[in-house]
Amino acid sequence: MSGSTIIFYLLAALILVSGAMAVTSRQIFRAAIYLLFSLIGIAGLFFWLQYEFIAAVQIVVYVGGIVVLIIFSIFLTQSAGDLLPKQKIGRQIFSALACFCGLALTMLQIYQHEFVKTGAPAIDPSMTNIGNQMLGVHDNGYALPFEVVSILLLAAMIGCIVIAMRTPKEIILNDKF
Amino acid sequence: MTEPGLYHILFISTTLFFIGVYGFFTRRNLVTMLMSIELILNSVNLNFIAFNKYLWPNRLDGVFFTIFVIAIAAAEAATAIAIIINLYRSHHSIDVERAEEMKF
Repeated sequence: MSGSTIIFYLLAALILVSGAMAVTSRQIFRAAIYLLFSLIGIAGLFFWLQYEFIAAVQIVVYVGGIVVLIIFSIFLTQSAGDLLPKQKIGRQIFSALACFCGLALTMLQIYQHEFVKTGAPAIDPSMTNIGNQMLGVHDNGYALPFEVVSILLLAAMIGCIVIAMRTPKEIILNDKF
Repeated sequence: MTEPGLYHILFISTTLFFIGVYGFFTRRNLVTMLMSIELILNSVNLNFIAFNKYLWPNRLDGVFFTIFVIAIAAAEAATAIAIIINLYRSHHSIDVERAEEMKF
């Protein structure tokens, strides 16, 4: 067994264990930290697959952005040290059963399916190749989806500001009382 | 323990997906439900990258789909948190059962 295999199994254990803790922990802040470790494990798996650019994007956007955003929103909406309320045991059992059945069915399908690898020569997923193809307007270029996603991000940003903004009426009312 | 390949990564991503689904079913707090959604989206990213690496190494489409999924997940998380904070301001709770009046 080589070192690469050992690293793979360690990363897999990190991802699955911390993912499971993230959805079962009753302390919401700890759940966010477990989610952080799960995302770091996935970034490590991308490094293991030698897709360094995706791993870097994963760390920057998920670990540096989304988890910090989630932790901030926990601070803004929860009082510290509160446990989440216990869920009904029936709901937990039936959810676990449904998820287990789904997992078993999907894994059965995957193991019965024979994946066929293409014989074409591999290209390097380096930043140069990714950048050239992403902004290319020729065949296989991704310039149009890139623009669409940038418009979507702009719209989402404006939408967030509008949703989270207090209306002038509220500010006046709050100032009065 | 065998040499890890496509099936191992598909096992990890499927398990992570259903862990996320379990969290989405059982949690009743909006922030933790958002965290489950992040797990689900990440398992999808893992799938795209694994298929790109092991089945179609001559193309980069999986990489682009992953990048777009990450960008959309960031937009989704930001919008969801804006909605959650607005809901907390009006209801003083982010429990989904307390926000029932939004159903009608």
